[in-house]
Amino acid sequence: MTARFQRGDRVRVRANGQRGHIRTPGYVRGKTGWIEAVHGEFRNPESLAYGGDGLPKRALYLVAFDQADLWGRRYRGAEGDRLTVDIFEHWLDPVGGDND
Amino acid sequence: MDDEVRAVHDRGGRPDAGPIDRTEHQLEDWEHLAEGISGALSAKGIRCTDESRRAMESLPPDVYESLKYYERWIAGAEIILIEKGILTREEIDAKVAELDQRWGAG
Repeated sequence: MTARFQRGDRVRVRANGQRGHIRTPGYVRGKTGWIEAVHGEFRNPESLAYGGDGLPKRALYLVAFDQADLWGRRYRGAEGDRLTVDIFEHWLDPVGGDND
Repeated sequence: MDDEVRAVHDRGGRPDAGPIDRTEHQLEDWEHLAEGISGALSAKGIRCTDESRRAMESLPPDVYESLKYYERWIAGAEIILIEKGILTREEIDAKVAELDQRWGAG
């Protein structure tokens, strides 16, 4: 499979209530950020965790968020601070153009 | 995110999480042993990292919170070993009782 997103693409993290062994932190679910880097393809931990083979491999991205978007007024750091998280492609939806 | 169910290990930004304890400490012998046994389980192909994490995350939240870092590793290893039929809970408990007796632990 090839990576669906490229550096700079805006993406929203899915907030679908999925349970189980997920590696997408709660504080980014439902939040919008952008692709900072494409890490490559890796076996899926959501399957590996239960003895599965983790295939097909999934594209993994470094996704960046504005701290203010994550924490709102609770964030007291500098304006423009960012936070980056590794997120698999099946957790991301495109944002932008007519859909945004 | 309000609808999202966050498991016990998913702590980032939790208002009640409290500050991070950054105190450094020398690892004790049992902690090195826990690390060694976990490495051996991986090297033997008995479990992968994601299985180990999933096992730890499946501990009841109050148990998870009460355990130290490497105690969670040990608890996770027990879950995997039982799950895969390599040891039984009874065998593990019997061995622990035997060691408690030998070492005079209460």
